[in-house]
Amino acid sequence: MKNLLRYILTRTLLTIPMLFILLTIVFVVIRVMPGDPVSAMLGGHAPDKVIEAKKVELGLNKPLLAQYGSYLLQVARLDLGGSMIFKQRVWEAIEDKLPATIELAFFGMLVTILVGVTLGAYAADHRRTGRDYAIRIYGIVIYCIPVFWLGLMFQMIFGVWLDLLPIAGRTGPRVFASTFEMTGFYILDTLLIWDLEALKDILVHLILPSLTLGLMLSGIFVRLTRANMLDVLRSDYILAAEARGLRHGKVVYKHGLMNAFVPILTMMGLQVSLLMAGAMLTETTFSWPGMGRLLLERIYLRDYPTIQGVIVVFALMVAFISLIVDVIYALVDPRVRY
Amino acid sequence: MRYSPSSNLGKVIGSLARMGRRYGAEWWILVAGGLIVGGIILMALLAPLLAPFDPHDQAAGPQLSPPGRAHPLGTDNLQRDVLSRIIFGARTILGVAIMAAIVTSLVGTITGLVSGFSGGVLDKILSLTMDSVYSFPGLILAVAFAAMLGPGIASITIAVAVVYIPTYFRLVRGQTLTIKEELYVEAARAIGAPPRVVLGKYIFPNVIATTVVVFTMSVGDAIMIEAALTYLGLGLPPDVVDWGMDLAMGKKFLPSGQWWLITFPGAMISLLALGFTMLGEGLAEILNPRLLER
Amino acid sequence: MPDNILEIRHLRVQFPIHLGTVRAVEEVSLELSRGEVVGLVGESGCGKSTLGFSILRLLRPPGRVAGGEIIYNGRDILRMGRGELLDLRGRSISMVFQDPLTSLNPLFRVGDQFVETILDHEKGVRRREALARAAEMLAALGISPQRLAEYPHQMSGGMRQRIMIGIALILNPDLLIADEPTTSLDVIVEAQFLDLLNDLRRRFNLSILLISHNLGVVAQLVDRVAVMYGGRIVETGPAGEVFGDPWHPYTQGLLASVPNIMLDQPKLKTMPGAPPDLVNPPPGCVFHPRCPEVMEICRRETPESFETGGRMSACWLGR
Repeated sequence: MKNLLRYILTRTLLTIPMLFILLTIVFVVIRVMPGDPVSAMLGGHAPDKVIEAKKVELGLNKPLLAQYGSYLLQVARLDLGGSMIFKQRVWEAIEDKLPATIELAFFGMLVTILVGVTLGAYAADHRRTGRDYAIRIYGIVIYCIPVFWLGLMFQMIFGVWLDLLPIAGRTGPRVFASTFEMTGFYILDTLLIWDLEALKDILVHLILPSLTLGLMLSGIFVRLTRANMLDVLRSDYILAAEARGLRHGKVVYKHGLMNAFVPILTMMGLQVSLLMAGAMLTETTFSWPGMGRLLLERIYLRDYPTIQGVIVVFALMVAFISLIVDVIYALVDPRVRY
Repeated sequence: MRYSPSSNLGKVIGSLARMGRRYGAEWWILVAGGLIVGGIILMALLAPLLAPFDPHDQAAGPQLSPPGRAHPLGTDNLQRDVLSRIIFGARTILGVAIMAAIVTSLVGTITGLVSGFSGGVLDKILSLTMDSVYSFPGLILAVAFAAMLGPGIASITIAVAVVYIPTYFRLVRGQTLTIKEELYVEAARAIGAPPRVVLGKYIFPNVIATTVVVFTMSVGDAIMIEAALTYLGLGLPPDVVDWGMDLAMGKKFLPSGQWWLITFPGAMISLLALGFTMLGEGLAEILNPRLLER
Repeated sequence: MPDNILEIRHLRVQFPIHLGTVRAVEEVSLELSRGEVVGLVGESGCGKSTLGFSILRLLRPPGRVAGGEIIYNGRDILRMGRGELLDLRGRSISMVFQDPLTSLNPLFRVGDQFVETILDHEKGVRRREALARAAEMLAALGISPQRLAEYPHQMSGGMRQRIMIGIALILNPDLLIADEPTTSLDVIVEAQFLDLLNDLRRRFNLSILLISHNLGVVAQLVDRVAVMYGGRIVETGPAGEVFGDPWHPYTQGLLASVPNIMLDQPKLKTMPGAPPDLVNPPPGCVFHPRCPEVMEICRRETPESFETGGRMSACWLGR
């Protein structure tokens, strides 16, 4: 246990420089880009004095380095500032959208792993057969299909033509989130108050978006799993397991896949960023009230503090999830910590 | 000498088949990708000749008519012919994607070479920076860039390019590091070859094969990002003909069942991306089978 | 009539590759009786490992059995159904391999790998009971039962080798096939390992098929030895007799080429030529191109086996 803790500490410390760089990039992009946000906000013809006053109010007249410094301090305090457009703190705007994105990303990842890893392992087990080639083709094709187009096609087929599943939002017209909203994770919330009708509605709304998001990434996992499995299945311990008379399924999917999964986990950390990018597009397509949609909304409105806040939160999420993946990696592969 | 087109075609197919036997499935993937890409590029170049209508013409036909004889792919809500918009849209997406890919490949390759070759502090800083950007959701970064820079070809090119520079940086750097350790490079340095020469004469030619693959794949990636950005309404002004924008527009008519507005632009994006991916994958396998272990 | 637990009859194993068909094992017949240790020796590529793998049908594609029978307990292993084969493996016949580190799954604790084997073959056994049996086995092998909670990489090579044997023998099989078990061990550990095998063999009345290219290892442990060359068995017999008075020219050459520390040898003795091309083996006797006593008939006809007094030699010289 002590080893594990030490490992976690080391990884956390390593994450900090990365975060630092990301935050700097965000700052550069937002503040240094051409275009004067204040005059855009006030309309092009506001008198100079008003513009100056507004700038002072927002702290935009201080030298760039000072702004950078106060920006870093703010982030350290987890103070994301106030919106330029609305009368709300940036965090308020984010806080109820964040769980929505996390829920979507979580189920999306679930679909990805279930579909991608299973197909990849199956393909490796049936190497060089028609099924193997078909699965590999699936992997390439699904990667090239834009996730938003996949979403639109699903909406068309299941939502409009078959009228089977909802195509927008987290809840249906007769379910009101305010009745159960507590953590923001609707599945948890409805379970906590045991509102099964609402739970069913929420799950049904999750189907198409998470399927879209999940399938998009599954292609990468199919290839990754297959490649790793092919290597693993050539190992001596697989042969030894077979020699002991274990069933083929157990040999491939327990001994084989567990070992192949370890390098896949590392990859998973990187895929999280793809997941979030995909989530943004999925949210737009399915009118899902999450962070991605919030970002776009505020971009159209030129609400720079909120834009910056959302991106900072994304950066923090990425760093946090990488850390979690590293920890899981250490839990699964004992060689790392001993 | 009789010039018989059928025997020439026969010769071409013959040599293709020979390469196929030699390299296996990857060769056919490359050929298929090449055909798709070549076909679409041709379509883009010959657009004015191929398109039955002007893509901007808002009186080309009835409003929102489904695919039929006059308009094989239907018309949109502004009475424009979808087929013509598809054909001309190829120009936009290819133009942006190729330009962005050039930027990505150049910047990524050069920084990768320099970083891998010089090592030390520069390498460490560059690597850390690239790793940080690499781990961040690329699209979100691109969205930020596109939004800040405003609509326009230049801004979308930059936005698209930025996202994939770290990927290619890593690839080239990795290769450079491997080659640097090779004995013949050590030998060259031992006889006093200056770094410039070592880089230019020894390392770069070996990295060239990678560069070709890198470029092809970055076009494929660029296509996906371009489509995503324009779908979100960023990056390009509304008067440009673009598949992503048509998708965004067609989305509004989905509930009322006008399926042709979204089916064709999306299919074309997928097809083009697929073509470049297959081309890149095929090239990679044939030129350097261990390349894609990223 | 000795109690034969395994009878291999006219086994042929082939690898169809793009260059042709490699005849890895050609018309091999061999018997093992209960409690007997048989050594299968030969140089690399002679087919001995392939033979070993074929017994439990562990051959990897493109390798395939092209003919013959392998009879265990009156049943032909090559024609057994899937279920019966899985039951056979690990319970009636076990196999251990060369490298103990890579033969144990690095992600699972040693104890779990024992338990898995037991539970997979015997329904209704409780985990606790299985662990107890594993602990017993470890004790018999001279390993502390606390090691059950450890991972393979935490142990030394010799210990891992013993663990492998333990897992192989946990269900008390009749036959253990050991494929080059000492090749990756240093000499001291190797000696301990051979002692262990001897001990286990007596205790459990275990038959062992020891496959090795190391004549010294084989000589210490086995009752009978079978010499393979070019996919065929060229000589068999009690170890002492074969090593003391080899009949087949190949065996003679093999033994002569082992460096003898007692002799004053200015040069190492070798056999001229190279191992045969198994895609196009030479006609007649497979060894004839290199044989110092080659005769006309050797070039044309595959030798029959000449058997006398428990020994066999596949050579026209007879004896």
